[in-house]
Amino acid sequence: MKILVPVKRVVDYNVKVRVKPDQSGVDLANVKMSMNPFCEIAVEEAIRLKEAGKADEIVVVSIGPQQAQETIRTALAMGADRGILVTAEGRVEPLAVAKILAKIVEEESPDLVVLGKQAIDDDANQTGQMLGALLDWPQGTFASKVELDGGNVTVTREIDGGLQTIKLDGPAIVTTDLRLNEPRYASLPNIMKAKRKPIDTKTPEDYGVDISPRLEVVKVTEPPKREAGIKVESVAQLVDKLKNEAGVL
Amino acid sequence: MTVLVIAEHDNKSLNDATRAAVTAASKIGGDIHVLVAGKGASGVAEAAGKLDGVAKVLHADADHLEHPMAESLAALVLSLADGYDAILSPATTTGKNFMPRVAAKLDVMQISDITAVESADTFVRPIYAGNAMMTVKSTDAKKVITVRGTTFEKAGDGGSASVESVDAPAGPFKSAFVSEELAKSDRPELTAAKIVISGGRGMASGDNFHLLDKIADKLNAAVGASRAAVDAGFVPNDYQVGQTGKVVAPELYIAVGISGAIQHLAGMKDSKVIVAINKDEEAPIFSVADYGLVADLFKALPELDEELAKAGY
Ligand SMILES: Cc1cc2nc3c(=O)[nH]c(=O)nc-3n(C[C@H](O)[C@H](O)[C@H](O)COP(=O)(O)OP(=O)(O)OC[C@H]3O[C@@H](n4cnc5c(N)ncnc54)[C@H](O)[C@@H]3O)c2cc1C
Ligand SMILES: Nc1ncnc2c1ncn2[C@@H]1O[C@H](COP(=O)(O)O)[C@@H](O)[C@H]1O
Repeated sequence: MKILVPVKRVVDYNVKVRVKPDQSGVDLANVKMSMNPFCEIAVEEAIRLKEAGKADEIVVVSIGPQQAQETIRTALAMGADRGILVTAEGRVEPLAVAKILAKIVEEESPDLVVLGKQAIDDDANQTGQMLGALLDWPQGTFASKVELDGGNVTVTREIDGGLQTIKLDGPAIVTTDLRLNEPRYASLPNIMKAKRKPIDTKTPEDYGVDISPRLEVVKVTEPPKREAGIKVESVAQLVDKLKNEAGVL
Repeated sequence: MTVLVIAEHDNKSLNDATRAAVTAASKIGGDIHVLVAGKGASGVAEAAGKLDGVAKVLHADADHLEHPMAESLAALVLSLADGYDAILSPATTTGKNFMPRVAAKLDVMQISDITAVESADTFVRPIYAGNAMMTVKSTDAKKVITVRGTTFEKAGDGGSASVESVDAPAGPFKSAFVSEELAKSDRPELTAAKIVISGGRGMASGDNFHLLDKIADKLNAAVGASRAAVDAGFVPNDYQVGQTGKVVAPELYIAVGISGAIQHLAGMKDSKVIVAINKDEEAPIFSVADYGLVADLFKALPELDEELAKAGY
């Protein structure tokens, strides 16, 4: 069985981005970029399924600038088998990403597609669900546990009220939540080995997908600033302030 | 212009996130219809009819809608989509699950987690963990939108709309509900509570959360947590506040033993008053706190409990 894992290159989660003064976007010049953390979890899950003998090939895909190749290499160094880079400059929206992925699924026929639940740059949380709809596949989003049993996939999901378990008739889509696993670091020998693993380079045109954005960015602004308040000396003073100054008790 | 809002409920009562979505719909303009999909949820349908500004309630009743899957809910919404210019749902784990399927089938780019409506086609949403706000204009004919519950008023009960039955597509579907483990608590729900007290890695263990529980019980507060506290197994996943957890904006948020990573701030920095209790005076949480107390939480929490008792709580 084959697993497809789409991975996105995003601003590293430790970076606090700055809005550009002309309000056209955020400043990404000289900012550290990494694999989206939820995608790392997706890659790790695929590798564990392979190590457990439930999968035999892991293909990673990234849609983005040429540098997204580094993100694919990272996944290959973790243990994925080969990569597909679909080069595209600028903003590629989840709908366009899902359309390209749907074409790749047609070509590759994976049994499972594991994505992150959310890319931490745009915080869209859509791509996996959209892919599910385009393929008419069932989905298990926000997964904290995934079990494969023949053609069935049982997914435990992190939902607002607690946990939910659902059963999917494969092929299926899974999107990862934080508690699914803890991604490994690539070892040096594996990083070396990954350099020899194949990466195919494609374009959206190869798949016949129009990636023009549907959402026009009018402006990007700073959120309202919160001023730091005061330090209180004691718990008694805190309670007094909350009662008599802030009026929230 | 007609807007469809998908209600969220537990087959018994409508949640506040739905009320916020109805308010967002009213800012788009036009008639508002609400879809209540469930099993035996006619009480919810009636309640939806009473929401301010709602012109009609569509009620779909089916066994498989007791625990609707993304597939079945999306199929139902799509069967109704023709009549609507915009489709809205709360940006809860349910809304986030099925709405992108609706959008993709309609060939529409979903606008996730909006915090403001500028006009019928222009919306504001946070990106990069709320470190930037993006205003986007949708060029799609239909708008598919999820609504952040904390930034819109909750619609009141001044309406009197009629309820109409609609059929739900019966499938077959490739996903099925197996089971659910829902948190049971007498305390208010995290996203609806007026006061939230959250613990982080500094709490050191799940047992120590009883220090927060005691205070929460006194203040009728909800208890939340940082990701680190959830990952460490101190508390269940539904406690997580943040960029990738729940977004809260209570009157009072008390962060205890939480450092204040951007991912945590993303979920609570719109709270009216923020209190931080942390032993490290350099902790970033203090940069957003109205009242900061530099103290060991194991000393401060029992004291807080006592002071509250003295103050009549
Ligand atoms: C993809 C991704 C998504 C994430 N999503 C979220 C999210 O939604 N929500 C979230 O919260 N985090 C999220 N995080 C994690 C986030 O980056 C931080 O790691 C996390 O918030 C840290 O939790 P913490 O503040 O409890 O722990 P720490 O950063 O370890 O801080 C613990 C604090 O407790 C204090 N402390 C320790 N002992 C005591 C004591 N006895 N008395 C008083 N103070 C004490 C310390 O001084 C310290 O400031 C995410 C991270 C990633 C990569
Ligand atoms: N440009 C992209 N290339 C590859 N995968 C992507 C891309 N954008 C999104 N994804 C996948 O979809 C997930 C959710 O992203 P989003 O819907 O944008 O929040 C990510 O974690 C990736 O697995």
